[in-house]
Amino acid sequence: MKTNSLGWDFLKGVWKENPVLVQLLGMCPTLAVTSTVLYGLTMGLAVIFVLSFSSLIVSSFRRYIPHGVRIPCFTLIIATLVTIVDYFLRAKYPPLSRALGPYVPLIVVNCIILGRQEAFASKNPPLRAFLDALGMGCGFTLALLVLGGIRELLGSGSLLGFRVLGESFRPWVIMTLPPGAFLTLGLVVTLTRWIEEKKSRT
Amino acid sequence: MNLVVIILSAVLINNFVLFYFLGICPFLGVSGRIESALGMGLATTFVMTLTGIITWLVNHYILIGLNLPFLEYTSYILVIASLVQLVEMFIRKISPTLYRALGIYLPLITTNCAILGLALFSTLRGYDLVESAFFGFGAGIGFTLVMLIMAGIREELELADVPEPLKGAGITLILAGLLALTFMGFAGFLG
Repeated sequence: MKTNSLGWDFLKGVWKENPVLVQLLGMCPTLAVTSTVLYGLTMGLAVIFVLSFSSLIVSSFRRYIPHGVRIPCFTLIIATLVTIVDYFLRAKYPPLSRALGPYVPLIVVNCIILGRQEAFASKNPPLRAFLDALGMGCGFTLALLVLGGIRELLGSGSLLGFRVLGESFRPWVIMTLPPGAFLTLGLVVTLTRWIEEKKSRT
Repeated sequence: MNLVVIILSAVLINNFVLFYFLGICPFLGVSGRIESALGMGLATTFVMTLTGIITWLVNHYILIGLNLPFLEYTSYILVIASLVQLVEMFIRKISPTLYRALGIYLPLITTNCAILGLALFSTLRGYDLVESAFFGFGAGIGFTLVMLIMAGIREELELADVPEPLKGAGITLILAGLLALTFMGFAGFLG
């Protein structure tokens, strides 16, 4: 796929330049909310929303935002969108909101979002910025789903709440706890790098 | 007594990095060397203590005082960004060597989720001004402690033969997992 195409603007964020597994950004929420697939999915969707609309807004106004105060401007836009998402979750899905706790407002400091504004949205037209954000958001969500899947499967024997591994499986509770999160992410990052190395060698 | 509990739990039991998963980016990025880990940790502790104090004031007088609770995230992040800017200017004046050593990491303290996390937790738990300040200090010390431990391990690790795919983030995360496991031993420490 041509690196100049709109398709690549979207697709690159999903694997090749995956924000979590390749760029190693946004690890805090990745570790914190992946104890189950549902939490990971919710966080992923929240980030897709905040990221795409931040990029859209920043890109549309890029010629009017003074260079010296651009970071605070980006942050204000992001903080507003995060407030919207947080209040939405609190109103519509209270138990989910309580479970995700402070990690929804912490999307404000998710380095992926600020990073994309600085690196791409502030320098490119709105459609490209939107697709780039969408791609990065999907890549982030993909990473969350992989991690959530592993951790929930091994830590609770279920996926999305449905008991998948039978009664005889004794859950590895450590997977739902912080050490399991670190270990799983470490191994998935390593696996990603190993796959990429193999691909570049062939 | 309560203040001691707050500090001990922030440093050991509910360590910001190993329990709440906050501050992972600088944790991975700056924990390669003991000097930079110490510098980053102390700068962060300083910013965190100040943040604890100022966000409490903002919460009390502006958010609650003027009934604008929806401005919580926006106002907190603005406070943090300004504080980091001030600290940067302060360090540049006081110690140019430290400033050069910390390089890009100083402005990165702004996106350190631990700082915003600290402000949010403090508000959530309803700490008063003094508790908030001590909480910020404890959180910063806990962060610094973990950074130092990780830096010590990684300096030793440079002499080991780490396979290529594991180098960098991979091995650091796995080590963090083992560290988290160790720190779990502190659970229930204060009964």
